[in-house]
Order: sequence, then C-alpha cells, then structure tokens
Amino acid sequence: MTAAVALTAPGASPRARGVRRLSRAVRARWRRSLQTRVVVTTLLASAVVVGLLASLLLHQVGSGLIDTKTRTSLSEAQSGAAQAQTRLDNLKSISRQAVDLELADLVQELSDRGAAGSLYSVVAVGTSPDSNAFSSASVEPAAVPGDLRRRLNTGPGPLYAYAPVPDGSGRLVAGLVVGSVLRTPVGLDYHLFHLFPLSAEAQTLGLVQRTAVGAGLVLVGLLALIAGLVARQVVTPVRLAARTAEQLAAGRLEERLEVRGEDELARLATTFNVMAAALQRQIRQLEDLSRVQQRFVSDVSHELRTPLTTVRMAADVLHEARDHFDPDPRRSTELLQAELDRFEELLADLLEISRYDAGATDLEPEPHDLVRLIDRVLDQTAGLAERKGSPVRVHSATPGPVVAEVDAVRVERVLRNLLVNALEHGEGRPVEVTVAGDDSAVSIVVRDHGVGLQPGDAERVFTRFWRGDPSRARATGGTGLGLAIALEDARLHGGRLEAFGRPGRGAAFRLTLPRQAGALLGTDSPLPLPLQAAPASARSDGAAVVKA
Amino acid sequence: MRGRVLIVDDDPALAEMLGIVLRGEGFETAFVSDGDAALGAFRRERPDIVLLDLMLPGTDGLEVCRQIRAESGVPIVMLTAKGDTVDVVLGLESGADDYVVKPFKPKEVVARVRARLRTHDDLEPETLTIGPEADPVRIDVPGHVVSRNGDQLQLTPLEFDLLVALARRPRTVFSRELLLEQVWNYRHAADTRLVNVHVQRLRAKVERDPERPQVVVTVRGVGYKAGPP
Repeated sequence: MTAAVALTAPGASPRARGVRRLSRAVRARWRRSLQTRVVVTTLLASAVVVGLLASLLLHQVGSGLIDTKTRTSLSEAQSGAAQAQTRLDNLKSISRQAVDLELADLVQELSDRGAAGSLYSVVAVGTSPDSNAFSSASVEPAAVPGDLRRRLNTGPGPLYAYAPVPDGSGRLVAGLVVGSVLRTPVGLDYHLFHLFPLSAEAQTLGLVQRTAVGAGLVLVGLLALIAGLVARQVVTPVRLAARTAEQLAAGRLEERLEVRGEDELARLATTFNVMAAALQRQIRQLEDLSRVQQRFVSDVSHELRTPLTTVRMAADVLHEARDHFDPDPRRSTELLQAELDRFEELLADLLEISRYDAGATDLEPEPHDLVRLIDRVLDQTAGLAERKGSPVRVHSATPGPVVAEVDAVRVERVLRNLLVNALEHGEGRPVEVTVAGDDSAVSIVVRDHGVGLQPGDAERVFTRFWRGDPSRARATGGTGLGLAIALEDARLHGGRLEAFGRPGRGAAFRLTLPRQAGALLGTDSPLPLPLQAAPASARSDGAAVVKA
Repeated sequence: MRGRVLIVDDDPALAEMLGIVLRGEGFETAFVSDGDAALGAFRRERPDIVLLDLMLPGTDGLEVCRQIRAESGVPIVMLTAKGDTVDVVLGLESGADDYVVKPFKPKEVVARVRARLRTHDDLEPETLTIGPEADPVRIDVPGHVVSRNGDQLQLTPLEFDLLVALARRPRTVFSRELLLEQVWNYRHAADTRLVNVHVQRLRAKVERDPERPQVVVTVRGVGYKAGPP
C-alpha cells in the first residue's frame, strides 16, 4: 500500500498529497487507537439512529399540523359557502346581473373576513365559460388548480387540494384550496374557492426541524463524548499495562501494575503481575545460573593456575639446567617446556571463551589510535613473521591516526589472532594489513596470499577448534580458539568480523568496529572486501561471507 | 645477599617452588601460608619485599595488603590468578605496587622482584622540587625524604620513584607506557592501570587538594607531567 502511494506521489498535486497525508494519518490513528475507534463508531451509529428518529418525529409533527389546519380550513370554508348559499337563495331579484352583483359583494365580504390575519383569500368562478369570475384583490382566479375545478363538476363538494396559493403579501406559498359549489337562482352554478396559505404551519415545522437537528447534533456529540470517556476507562489501564510490559521487556523486572477494585481490569492486572513475577523468577534463576557459571570459571581458573604455575616454574628450572642432563632427559625437558607454553595458551583461551559463554565479559572502551595498536601487535608478532618468512605490510587508507573508542586489550588480541592466523597460513608470502575509517566506523583488513579457504570454509573458520586442513593441522601452532575469541571480541564491541577466501589465492579477514562505543554499525564498511572483485558466479568457490 | 622475600601463599608446592627459584637468584626467603599469620610474620621477618597471594585462608590478601601498607612502605607484589579488572584494581588500591598473573614464568617474578628492590646507587646529593612555586614539594633523592614546608610526607618507595621520575624532567609529559618502563621497569607494554592507581595514591599524599592536582598534573589523552600546569 505504501509502495503504491510512493509510486503515484511524484505526479500528484500538493493538495492531493496533503489529502493523502491526512487520510494516512487518520487511518494510522484509526489503527492505533482503540479509543478513537470506539468514539468514531459511536458517533456514526448514533448519528444514524438520531437521524431516523428525528425524521420520524418531523414527519409526525408535520402531518399533525396539516391535518389540524385542513380540518379547521374545511369548516371555515363550509361555513363561508353556507352563508353565501343562503344569501343567494334569498336573493329578491332573479337575474344574472343581480347574481353577479351579489356574488361580487359576497366575495368581497368573505375576502375581508379572510384577510383579517391573512387567513385565506377567496375566488368564485362560474361553471359556464361565459360567466364572470370574482376574487379577492390579491388573487388571480387562475390560481385555482384546474384539477379541483374538474372534480367539483362531478361532485358537490366541499373538496380540497394542496396547491401553491398567494399569502397576504401576494407571494406564492404552499397552501390549501377548498372548493364548494354555489347554486344560483338563475340556474348557473358557481364554484367558490377558499385559498388558505400554510405559511404559519411551514414556519412552525421549520422551527421544529431546526430544533430537532440542533438537539440531534448535541445528542450525537454527547454520546461520542460519553463513549470516549467510557473507552478511556478501559483503555487507560490497558495503556498502563502496555507501558509496564514495555518496561518489563526493557529489563526493569520489578515493574508491576497497580490492582484496583475487582473488575475485569483488576483481574487483568493481577494476571499480568503473576506473569511478571514468574518471568522475574525465571530470569533471576538464569542470572543465578550464570553467576554460578562465572564463579565456577573463576574457581577453575584459580585452581588450575596455581598448580600450573608450580609446574611451569619447575619446568623452567629444569630447562635452565638441561645442559647437565643426558640427551633423553634433556629433550624431554625441552618438550615439557614447549608443550607447557601451548597448554598455557589453551587454558587462557578456554577461560576467555567460557567467560564469554557466561556473559562475564565487560568492555572498557577508550579512544585509541588503531594505527598504534597495529604497530604494537606487529612488534609482538615480529618473531613469528621472521620465522615464517612473511613480510608484513601496513597500509593506512585514511591519512593520520584512525581513532575509535575500543577496548585496546581486546582489539589487540583480535589483531594478534588475525595476524598470527595470516602468518601461519601465509606460506611465507606477504601479509597485508589495511586500516581505514569513516565518520561512523573503522575497519582493518588482514590479508594473506597463502593456501586460502576451501568452499564453505569461510563459514567455519570461527568455529571452535576448527582446522582448515586436518592433515597439516598439528604442524601449525595456535589453540584453535583464536578466531572464535576474535569473533566474540568483535561482537562485544558491536562490530563485525568477516572472513573471505579462495583456494590458492589467500584469505582475508575484515574487522569493522563502530567509532563510538555502543553506536550501531551500518551495513557498509570503510574498507572494501578483498577477494570479492570476481564476478558473482565465482562466489561459490569459497568467497563466502560470515557476519558476526 | 640481595634481599629478603616474604612469600605469603597457601599453596605449599607453589611457595616452595618460588623459594627454589628466588634462592637460585640469591634472595633469602621466608614463608607464611595463612592470612591471619601474615602480619606477624611480616613483623618478625622484616622482609625487603612481599610476594602476596590474593586468595588466602583466614584474612584475605587484600586485607593483608592493607595491614602491611598501614605500617610499612615495603614493596608488595601480588600473585593473582585472575586478570580481572576488579581484582587487580582492588589489589592496587589496597597498597600493592605491582602484580603478576598466574601462571607466571620464574623470570617474570624475578624481574618484578628485582625491579622493586632496585637500589638507587645515585648517592650524589640531589634535591628536586615539584609543584607550585609558592608551595613546592621538596625531594631529597639520596635521603629518600619528601617534604613540604618542612613537613615530611610518607611515600612508599614506588611512589617516591614515580615522583622523582616526574620531577627530574619537569617539562616532559610522560605517557603511561613511559612511566611503566621507567618506574616499574617493564620493557614491554603492561597494564596502564598500574600507573593510574599509583598516581591517585601519590596525589592523595602530596596534593593539597587531590581533586585539583597541582603537583602531578594530568595531560588529557597523553599522560602525566610535573606541576604546576
């Protein structure tokens, strides 16, 4: 979904982008907040319900008003028509002229009555085409709906219809037209129409409508508010639980929820606390176990080292005096001496590895110049380099010192292990050490041109006691733990140690460390990977990458 | 006779072996295997140097170290089975001058003992001053006396050597490595915490306000030099 948005975005107008951003924000809010969902749902549902109720109410009120008005209007019109009929029946002279005069008079009279309070206006129309029409001042006879007139021809009346009628000021408004038939002595029928404007009712209905809409809106708003408050009552403890869970996850195991009341939320809190306590217990147990392990390592260290020291010194004394011995005891003394060295190294490495396993290691980072560290390690390994006949070349890809916050002891050990490894497997060819740094990371590559690594070996070189070529293993020194410890040292710094190699073309190890202690390392490194220039298809021949 | 060494170690084989090696180098040796008896043996034997195992039955090594330091400046070299930060720093803070980590080679111990017993043959009269000009610390080098305003300051031989090394070249900034070489006689890089801890101990004795040192000044990122800054 995000991808689609990103794809269409470049061509969209700023407004469309703004709308999209808003809709994304709304959607996010909807997804993330239970309270929002409850409030919005309540708002929509109550709006629908209130809308239905209001329209029902308005309908009822409207028809009630019209019904009443229609009833009163009918009786008003009937009484008007009855009065007119009586006057016509009592007419003294029976002529069309007299009838017309009387009708004009009647219409005027009724109009005057109706005009008081603009109740109605009146129209009288003859049924024959040549007869005259009479009406109140403000009304045209044509205002009477033709349909009503036709119906009056067939039935006696009174009949009524809803049609636009003029109100007091002559404007056409919704109205009621009531028609009755007047019989005249001259044998000509007239239709008498009362036109009642419904403006008062429309006004009342409008007021009711406005009131209903206003009340409905307030009601919906209040409902939403109530829903928000209710949701909050539920959501607040849930949020609290979430925050406490986060703190627990962050290692603050003593965090607990406050239990209040006896409701479902209280039960949730209680269960949560039980779970937290169980977790804490488990972790404490593991910690205890780890402490026991550390203690054990420390004890073993002490217990083993004391007799070893005695043996070591005894061997040294014998070694010093070997010139006085016969050849066999002399050789034995020499072997004893040499193997003691290996034994000591092995013990030291084993203890170091078990310290890592026990998590009993700590980092003491201080700013150090890696170039100086490399120089120091070169001094320490100069003897080995000379014996192996491999010249070691150091190259700094960045000018000046390459400073990083590292634990010098550990980084020196990593470099020593890498260098010893390179010299041991370098077949007497040159070994290259390259160092470089960028803003966030520093990197050192140790590269040899020796036997290299067999396919798949790059993954295994860091395995404890792993040896590349079993047939030549014992001839080379080392404890078999050097690279495993180097990997742990790199990890402890939050760094990476990677191995690359090809058979016959040598191997390379790249150490990448963050410049600041505790900083996170990106995926790239200040130095490129050597032995990686070959096409990707050649990767299968051992140029595998192992990341720590 | 090159000196008398008191070996405080509960492991009889190691103690005996240390004895053999040290006697081979011309030292006299005395032994004690119990922490509780250590102080008594120290008073009785009056050694020139103490080799002290940190793990002892009875009073532990750190406490023995403090007891001896309370009444004497005799050099103390710890024998420790752990290279762990805490133990080493605790030992140094308890008053030890140096340490060797088991398993050590005989030559290492002998070198450490020799370094601490190194006698200054410079009997030429030499007086040095260090610290602020208004309130200097005076050092009578052949007499091994350090004083300020006529008040004598009690320094251990190691602290004395450290102060003299700084005072002899007042304009030089000494890196920790250089001090390890000159004062402790380490030819290869060693634990620079030795320097840190002993500079603190020295400051506690020679500074008016150890929080704002005037005699031994830190040069950030490099090392230490003689005051005033």
